[in-house]
Amino acid sequence: MLALSVLSLVLLALDHYSTRLDSTRSVIGVLVTPVVVIADYPSRAVMGLQENFASRAAMREQIAQMAQEQLLLRAKTEKMASLTAENNRLRNLLGSAAKLQDNVLVAELIGVDPDPERHEVIIDKGSYSGVYIGQPLLDAEGLMGQVIEVGVYTSRVLLITDESHGVPVQVNRNNLRLIAQGTGAKGLLELVHVPDTADIKEGDLLVSSGLGDRFPAGYPVGVVNRVVHDPGEPFAVVTAVPSAFLARSRHVLLVFS
Amino acid sequence: MHSNNLWVIFLSFFIALVFSIVSLPDALPVELGYLRPQWVALVLIYWVIALPFRVGIVVAWVAGIALDVLLGSLLGQHALALIIVAYVASSLYQRLRMFAIWQQSGIVFAIVGLNQLANFWIESISGVAEWNMWYLLSSVVSALVWPWVFLVLRYSRRLFAVS
Repeated sequence: MLALSVLSLVLLALDHYSTRLDSTRSVIGVLVTPVVVIADYPSRAVMGLQENFASRAAMREQIAQMAQEQLLLRAKTEKMASLTAENNRLRNLLGSAAKLQDNVLVAELIGVDPDPERHEVIIDKGSYSGVYIGQPLLDAEGLMGQVIEVGVYTSRVLLITDESHGVPVQVNRNNLRLIAQGTGAKGLLELVHVPDTADIKEGDLLVSSGLGDRFPAGYPVGVVNRVVHDPGEPFAVVTAVPSAFLARSRHVLLVFS
Repeated sequence: MHSNNLWVIFLSFFIALVFSIVSLPDALPVELGYLRPQWVALVLIYWVIALPFRVGIVVAWVAGIALDVLLGSLLGQHALALIIVAYVASSLYQRLRMFAIWQQSGIVFAIVGLNQLANFWIESISGVAEWNMWYLLSSVVSALVWPWVFLVLRYSRRLFAVS
């Protein structure tokens, strides 16, 4: 009892103050992968059942709708090649570095942290697929978070709504640079240190600013839903709703930069 | 030498670990996550009472490390909390066997509460953790779930003659 208690305390101290135990953790992670896979099975099975029992008419309607959406998206991206080239030419003229296309990897969400205070998810790609610590994660709607722990076949991701996470953002309308901090269980983002005189209002789109070199620039992060100017407070209180579906997304993208 | 079917113990811990990380459907409010019973602690308490010479501190420690890796908490946090649970349960096992199930629930509430407290202490030393009433609620739910855990595991133990 005493020996194991001391061992546990040593492990706790090592894990808290250094990264020495990360490889041990990923090895044990491989051993407990069956638990994660089985725990994911019920929600997968329910989704599978829903798909199996959908009516033919509903499926046909969904296919038609997706084909139309794809056509519209294709039309929008047709111009992208020439716009990117023009953008790079202009940047060259200004002497700035050219912007590279981001490489992405598709992954699936296979687990959500059961603690409501902590916003972490588990994805099914790990160091085997080249995932690294600090790698940004997005879904179809916007930025989701970053990888904080890498196993061989799975990884753990911290979401932007976690209390300990902040994303450098800028307001799309006027390039005002701010930091969006997570607020925990409420699922909102809070913009910190916003001066009362800042030009920010409800409905503003926040995109990642690329500062700090963690998140690539230009991806949507959230939409401002409340701006409160309290004369007694040094800063305005601004909250935003995240664009990404966060823990509700199934398919996510890892960005290699 | 007939086999003693120790796989039943292993399977019960495996299922407890799965239950510990299963995510609730999106339709339910997220606060329900606070009401999860401490499955691994409950399974551990049962086996320590039923087979104190088979399941003890070491099993508790290994289960705790597995739980730490699954939950992403500091390595050793749940391990330490669960060896405290195993220690207390093994000190009381003779008396606990004598009690009726609902009386056991009361003691289980205290032991799981101790587990929650140990976890909370370690979390608050290593990070930010504010005490709220939800932590205690998990012990209450665990105590309420105890009779079912006890009956299911006792039935399995007798069925497979685990020893």
